Amino acid sequence: MTDVITLPAALDEQSFESVIEQLAPLADDAKLLVDARHCRFATPYGLTALLCLAQTRLEKPDFAPPEDDQVSSYWARSNFFRYAEELYTMRGATPRPRASGDSDVLLEVTPVARSEDVHGIVSRIQEKATQILTTKLDLEPRATMGFAMTLSEACSNIIEHAQRGGWVMVQRYNWGKRRVGRDVVQIAVCDAGIGFRASLETSRARALADRWDDAIALESGVIQGVSRLQDPGRGQGLKGIRGYVHRFDGKLTVRSGRARIAPIIPEWDEDVPRQDSLPVFAGTQLQVIIPKRLARP
Amino acid sequence: MTHISVHSALQASLDAPYSDLVTRRTGAAVRTVIEHQLSGLADGSVAFLDFSRIGVLDRSCADEFVAKLMLPLSNDHPSRDGYVVFHGVNELHLEIIESVLLAHGLALVVQFPDGAARLVGAVTDVERRLWELVMRQGWCPAERLAAEAGITPDEAQGQLEGLARRRLIRRDADAFAPLGAAA
Repeated sequence: MTDVITLPAALDEQSFESVIEQLAPLADDAKLLVDARHCRFATPYGLTALLCLAQTRLEKPDFAPPEDDQVSSYWARSNFFRYAEELYTMRGATPRPRASGDSDVLLEVTPVARSEDVHGIVSRIQEKATQILTTKLDLEPRATMGFAMTLSEACSNIIEHAQRGGWVMVQRYNWGKRRVGRDVVQIAVCDAGIGFRASLETSRARALADRWDDAIALESGVIQGVSRLQDPGRGQGLKGIRGYVHRFDGKLTVRSGRARIAPIIPEWDEDVPRQDSLPVFAGTQLQVIIPKRLARP
Repeated sequence: MTHISVHSALQASLDAPYSDLVTRRTGAAVRTVIEHQLSGLADGSVAFLDFSRIGVLDRSCADEFVAKLMLPLSNDHPSRDGYVVFHGVNELHLEIIESVLLAHGLALVVQFPDGAARLVGAVTDVERRLWELVMRQGWCPAERLAAEAGITPDEAQGQLEGLARRRLIRRDADAFAPLGAAA
């Protein structure tokens, strides 16, 4: 028997929770069909998390790609199918990626497994994104280096702690009609590795904690800068990410296991700082949103 | 004085020609290359580490490279008798370098293109004041600096010896001198 996981029409960080909810009651070895036929929109978080979903399954799942040609074409240009075809059995044809001059994809879906991958990602994002970040988001050239640094730290965390490769993607959006009312860039860095709780199991924070769960592990790692290693220089990467996101009025969310935290919630958005008892999903999923810089009054 | 290109050390550490100092693994590899170069220098020499062709520097890499390079040089029993000055760092590099130095209680000297030098990292106000006086006056005994710093000669002597032990100035007989200055 095959269980069907139906993707929402708009697949983003929030709506991916409906996917995890559908997965929750199913055994790890259950045969799945992930049905994207009616999906019309997906963010970097949605696409990278879909690859993580397949990585968590003991049996290779099936995948029904979007029926809409434009959506399918975008997913192909984003390199999603390139990796999805390795992790899923495709039910239906997928288009080959064609160059379109689409400058909004700043970094296609890219695997993160080795130190060299991070070098490639940082190099490509500087090559492709600097002009967009300075012209569309009004960031100073210095801020684009901080952007690349944020990306490298987030990807390095996968290599250092996840014990399994992950994925990264970066995309620009015009959110003129949304509450923020301006262009934004979204970074998603997702893995299906061991997650914060297991990674920090041997940490001092764990030894001192009366209670230990995914939310406490997330807060220890992301907010307090706790690392599994005692070295005082550890935990600097996430501190740097938080500093950058805060400085540029951005938003940061991190999900791991059964918890999700939003350590930086800007005024232009609403969210809850911490959610416990969510349906479990392996690894760590991080999203950063950086909006266009507002002109100083 | 010896010039060491961090970019060349990076190239020697990677298979591909990247210019960014990112990831701990890269930081450790670059540190190994530079430690090897430093080990070949004469005792008491000053090595200028040139960051001028480096793009992005992230904290993880800086911790692995900068902090772990400086730790054995600036403890009570240094791994070698030499000095390191950073050169060619941009504003963002400086911010990252300072954050990792602070995390380890370290400090180092950074020289800017105009020749001006700055003490970066974990130093007290008194240490900074004395260091700046040494930079301004060149070779100088502690008692002469004490009055200008507003502290006792004994205190000045102790603070300056601490700075010299941390390889931020040079001890020269009964006086103290900036790094790079003629001994």
